[in-house]
Amino acid sequence: MTIHVKDGSIDTSISRRGFVAGSAGMTFAFTLGGLGRGAEALGATQPTKFNAFVSIGADNTITIICPAAEMGQGVYTSLPLILAEELDADWSKVKAEFAPANPKLYGNYHPAFNGAQITAASVAVAGYFMPLRMAGAQARKVLLDAVADKWKVLVAELTTDKSTIIHQKSGKRISYGEVAAFATVPAEPPKVSEADLKQPSQFKLIGRKDIGRSDVPAKVNGSAQYGIDVQVPGMVYASVMQSPMEGAKPKDVNVPDVMKIKGVSKVIPLPFGVAVLGDTVEATHAGVKALKVTWDTSGATAAGFDSEKAKDDYAAKCKDANAETKVEYQVGDAKAGIGGAAKTVEAAYWSEYTYHAQIEPMNAVAQVSEDGKSADIWTGTQFGALAAGIISGILKTTPDQIRIHNQFLGGGFGRRIWPDAAIQAAILSNITKKPVKLILTREEDLAAARPRPMTHHVLKAGLDAKGNIVGWHHRLVSENVDAVAAPPRFQATGGKDYIGARGLDQAFYAMPNVLAEYVRENRGMRVHAWRGIGSGYNKFAAEAFLDEVAATAGKDPLALRLELTKDKPRANAVIKAVAEMSDFAKKRPGHGMGIAFSDYHGTLSAGVAEISLDAKTGKIKVHNYWIAVDPGVVIQPDNVHAQLESCVVFGLSAALIEEFAVKDGAVQATNFDSYPVMRMSDVPEIHTRIVATNYPPSGMGEIGLVTVAPAVANAVFQLTGKRLRHLPMTAERVKQALA
Amino acid sequence: MAAITITINGKAATVEAEPDTPLLWVVREHMKLTGTKFGCGSGLCGACTVHIDGKAMRSCQISLSQIQGKKVTTIEGLSPTGTHALQKAFVAEQVPQCGYCQSGQIMQAAALLATNKKPTREQIVSHMDGNICRCGTYPRIVRAIQRAAREA
Repeated sequence: MTIHVKDGSIDTSISRRGFVAGSAGMTFAFTLGGLGRGAEALGATQPTKFNAFVSIGADNTITIICPAAEMGQGVYTSLPLILAEELDADWSKVKAEFAPANPKLYGNYHPAFNGAQITAASVAVAGYFMPLRMAGAQARKVLLDAVADKWKVLVAELTTDKSTIIHQKSGKRISYGEVAAFATVPAEPPKVSEADLKQPSQFKLIGRKDIGRSDVPAKVNGSAQYGIDVQVPGMVYASVMQSPMEGAKPKDVNVPDVMKIKGVSKVIPLPFGVAVLGDTVEATHAGVKALKVTWDTSGATAAGFDSEKAKDDYAAKCKDANAETKVEYQVGDAKAGIGGAAKTVEAAYWSEYTYHAQIEPMNAVAQVSEDGKSADIWTGTQFGALAAGIISGILKTTPDQIRIHNQFLGGGFGRRIWPDAAIQAAILSNITKKPVKLILTREEDLAAARPRPMTHHVLKAGLDAKGNIVGWHHRLVSENVDAVAAPPRFQATGGKDYIGARGLDQAFYAMPNVLAEYVRENRGMRVHAWRGIGSGYNKFAAEAFLDEVAATAGKDPLALRLELTKDKPRANAVIKAVAEMSDFAKKRPGHGMGIAFSDYHGTLSAGVAEISLDAKTGKIKVHNYWIAVDPGVVIQPDNVHAQLESCVVFGLSAALIEEFAVKDGAVQATNFDSYPVMRMSDVPEIHTRIVATNYPPSGMGEIGLVTVAPAVANAVFQLTGKRLRHLPMTAERVKQALA
Repeated sequence: MAAITITINGKAATVEAEPDTPLLWVVREHMKLTGTKFGCGSGLCGACTVHIDGKAMRSCQISLSQIQGKKVTTIEGLSPTGTHALQKAFVAEQVPQCGYCQSGQIMQAAALLATNKKPTREQIVSHMDGNICRCGTYPRIVRAIQRAAREA
């Protein structure tokens, strides 16, 4: 992936650093030694910084750095809460601030990211849980040491509660703010270990139902600031007609026509599109709408790509024994298992391209310095460090010279991993030497879509004479998402697709022989991480196919899942929980019930859909969705329920209506009329349950989505005996299946 | 460019802008009342909902010239202290996630409660169906509107 500007005069490759900066061999040292300088100078006026994550002011205000982006999933509350727990802080005095892009201090050491400062894959809580606890415990230790020293008492005689240190023997009490005013933070911070941390039974903040999200008050009165709300003095506005596909460059542009629009000051053809600059948003948007551009698509892989016509190729590749495959998951010998089976089942599944449809269109404000060697960027991004890396390459400077001011994200869902708006705004600011506020129109946000890929699956299973699964083969054909969205990882893994292959595995089902593999299509689309990533379509295919297998074996779909998970107690427990919640076995006349199970980055969930069907229109109506989840230790119970509700709605929207076709390499949808998403009237009753365990916490932002599509397809099968094997399950496709 | 006087959140303001400027951009960029959001520019998502003479309207579809002499209320003006029954209910029900559509949701809902103190669930859904929430907070929006109706 390369950004060229003005025929290559500015050119950068995404540096590997942007993804994995500083990952080698780092441990908790990065949080504990986070000051980066000697003993902190102290004063009553400045808050005292205890480490990279926490400062305490004399007024008792505690500022905790939130290293991840807030896009609705709740980390702006949950991450500071984790630190505050070990600090024994007064939660009412805690405020959160977003971290700058600085992976060395704020990277996520979850194995999925290995130190990159990215908010994705639902691993913020999982990855930051221990470092933030350590940082809180360490700051508490500094406070205790300072007080023990001042009062000439033993640290062991001191206790803490709600930002207060208490000496029981003498009855003396002192607030953290008072201590911060005189405490010296040692250059060599005190060591803390897991032994210094609380036991879950000692938690005062973690797991509290009555602690709400810190960002909610600002989000009901209009004061929460998103990237699109930022204004800086002297800024000009910009909007960009996006290249309809990667690599397409503007050839002929009706510049004079657009320059006639009042308020338009410049029209600049660039390798990624045509920028319109002006005095107002409305002028630049009118300018983009008035543009007539012909594109040079000679360098675009997607030129001529037609998603409908390509389906024959995808299908052929899925059947091709000689196709080059990557193995994602292997147990035993699937081919031998299927070959020797008494009975075999085979089916093909599809999913279409989907768009993130985040309601805040892509935007950024960029201010490149006069000398062009540094920049300030205000934007809502899941991956500010990547923006800093790419923009520093364009400006031929270093990432630390790019200051990313992260804002609330008006929806992320994976779209805001790629910092295209920030890059484009920075390039325009560098050209104009003015601050530039770039706001895409909804139409251009769709033209620049970074979709979930179109996928095709063939699944085969072998059954022995008793109906036991003796072989399972799942082959996926799709574009490789890592190749586009995470090129360094794609190269480092020899062409694997971490994002697209998620969910192909069968790690929780006892099957003796499994092969899950994938074949790459290269169609030049800007495929990307989309809420639930590969699990969204891979588990749709696998969990719907499992019901086909159950039907062939004459087994009940619930009983089969319980049998397959009998040695995986956590998986078994969520399946049992959802069966109980939904009273799964109960027959509902005219309605169908479907079940599905999935894991996602450590979290386990099972869902049940209750549906009915209008045979005339083909429309599926979902009446109820029950969902149970085990995310380990629960940080914020109410938000776990909220994330499940969110995922069920998002998942139903994707399962039932969301898709776009591609013609001549371009997205065939322009706004919410041609790309509808779920509205209130189609939302079922959603019933959620937490199956709590004391395992380390795992994420909640995506898991709830994964079971939805297969549970709905399985419910339709129970009701009609017809299989729906193509996402989305639109009324049209339902009618075809029923015909 | 013309100077047009409008009444916004109870105050008269003079705006230097083209008469056909969408009210959305007047509110957001000229007046810096950024609680009203841009989502689609086509009246399809409801993120830009404001009140004009008490009625919920899509500010991206209304031009500056159309609101002369009319009263515009944005989320910032719904309640001087941010304590409208709906705002309290949206906090109590922990509705917002990304939060981007929420100003529009609240303004849309406020227009309903202003004329229908005790809406049924069906009336709520039918009134709110034009407002997209991509985070899917719909069940909580319904609960919050019901709570506001109960507690107002």
